[in-house]
Amino acid sequence: MIADTLVTGFGAWNPIAWVIAFAVALLLAWLIGRRGEPDLPGDGESGKPYLSGNDEPSPEETHIGGSNLYWGFTEAMKGYYARVVPLHTGCLTDYVLWFLGTFALLFLFIGVI
Amino acid sequence: MMDFIIANAPALLIAVPMLGAFALPLVGRLGDTGRNGWVLGVALITFVIAALLAWTVLSGGPVVYTFGAASPADALPADSGGIPIRIVFTVDAMSAFMAVFAAFVGLVTCLYSVASERRSSGKDGYYALMLLLLVGILGMVATGDLFNFFVFLEINSLAGAALVAYRIDKGVSVEAGLKYGFLSTLAGLMVLYAIALLYGQYDSLNMAVIASRMDYTMLDKVALALFVAGLALKAGAVPLHFWTPDAYSMAPGAVTAFLVVASQAGLYGLFRILFSVYGLTLSYVTVGWAVIILGVLSMFVGVTMAIPQKDVKRLMAYHAVSQSGYMLLGVGVGLVVLGDAAAMDAFGRTAMEGGIFHIVNHAMYKGLLFLTAGAIFLQTGTRNLNKLGGLGHSMKWTMLFFIIGALAIAGIPPFNGFASKLMIYESVFAFSPVIAVIAMVVSILTLASFVKVFHAIFMGPAQPRHADAGEVPLPMLVAMGALALLTILMGIFPEQIVSAVIAPAADALIDQGAYVATVFGGL
Repeated sequence: MIADTLVTGFGAWNPIAWVIAFAVALLLAWLIGRRGEPDLPGDGESGKPYLSGNDEPSPEETHIGGSNLYWGFTEAMKGYYARVVPLHTGCLTDYVLWFLGTFALLFLFIGVI
Repeated sequence: MMDFIIANAPALLIAVPMLGAFALPLVGRLGDTGRNGWVLGVALITFVIAALLAWTVLSGGPVVYTFGAASPADALPADSGGIPIRIVFTVDAMSAFMAVFAAFVGLVTCLYSVASERRSSGKDGYYALMLLLLVGILGMVATGDLFNFFVFLEINSLAGAALVAYRIDKGVSVEAGLKYGFLSTLAGLMVLYAIALLYGQYDSLNMAVIASRMDYTMLDKVALALFVAGLALKAGAVPLHFWTPDAYSMAPGAVTAFLVVASQAGLYGLFRILFSVYGLTLSYVTVGWAVIILGVLSMFVGVTMAIPQKDVKRLMAYHAVSQSGYMLLGVGVGLVVLGDAAAMDAFGRTAMEGGIFHIVNHAMYKGLLFLTAGAIFLQTGTRNLNKLGGLGHSMKWTMLFFIIGALAIAGIPPFNGFASKLMIYESVFAFSPVIAVIAMVVSILTLASFVKVFHAIFMGPAQPRHADAGEVPLPMLVAMGALALLTILMGIFPEQIVSAVIAPAADALIDQGAYVATVFGGL
């Protein structure tokens, strides 16, 4: 049956129902969009962002790069990152040590406990 | 003819891509068109064989194939004393499931390479290594012999390491390939030691024979720790994941997508050893918790390390680590309750199905994401998120495929990642609400980091420095489109996939007795 439901043992998920709901939402968005101003020129002065009378910066300057997002997250987690990032040394011998250490822990865990 | 192919499908599954690889130096003399046709033909035939084998297994039960026997089904020669003495392939639902999706990703990545590698030299070697990587993966998932498993693990590792270093970028890719090759070989060596310990005790390399004689001695525990450490390294689980960002970021896009499947073959090996070789004889609660801890660490460290990355492929590599954690978590929960039938029925089976479902989902959407990253690098020459931007204006199809992959990996409905994660969330919640909450938080962080990537690469005004970056050639779009289509279809029809493929695969892992009986002729 196409509209089959995934039963997880605790709940259920019917993707077809979700797709229909999403399609209805898209239709509503399209209908609302159609009520917008149709003849706004997209080029020339009216198409540019208004920046309090200042000249528009170049595309390179206006684009927010990957490093600028989530600064707050990394800043809040800096204690964590200060410990975890240095572990990724890029040094092969360190990686081998990690492997040996993990094996030793696993052996204790599996063999002793 | 068809009967012959079906009867010999386990052997052909390996023989066809191996022949395809070894013939490439000769076929390469036909030129690009001939070589491309050969590679795509070999990859397509391999996929068809894998599909036929899966159909045979799912409709008629596990397949045993004995190399060198008068009859392939004759695993126990009359003069062997009831011991399988030859190399025996044992293909159950789990093996068949892994083989089909590995062969499919192999086909897609070869198709993608036809366009992405068109300007590069050394294509005979490149495609030979791609097909050998396919041989390694398929051999690992099909064999029922431990030493044979090690051999295919080595083929997998060496072909993968060579591919990582194949396109030289100021020595950095060589360094990444060296790291990958060294650590994979170290993992292989540990697996070999473990095999030797089992062979020394049980006089056999056949998984079913060892399973039937397993005493769980101290040597078996040492072997188990070696197996878990070695195969977890191959799978890229934290804290053995350090090679992944280097190798995944330096390999060409198509290779990276395929390396994900190569790593998942390591996960398959881990699950096969835990369930089919050791099974109920091991301390399943202790070992299960070890797998869960590896899974939770992988989920959390992977995603948090992804967020601050500036290189798009390194970011995706850390996400591959994170997603492997979900698979370990789901199957680990199943392992913890392996001896508790009530708990297994209540949530353990669903957790295992979710973990196994996530393997194939991950191969689809992460493969797709790595292919989009490869397309972006091909057109712009950079993977740096701070130097990219505005590509949504000129690479609309790539952007669409990226969105599909990103929403799927973040577990947004109705894409396939949501279905498997939902199964994991709900079943793991019944086991441990805290771990389930961690899994959900990791998904939120995954979405956050892909919003960053999407914004950095595709949004904003068109960048003059990427004015020449147009859409990628058609074969690359077709390859990405195929994975995107499956990502959507598997999300919209999850119940059909689970009931037809995933549930039999989980049952095959859970029922160790059936696996042993398959080889001994009990089924």
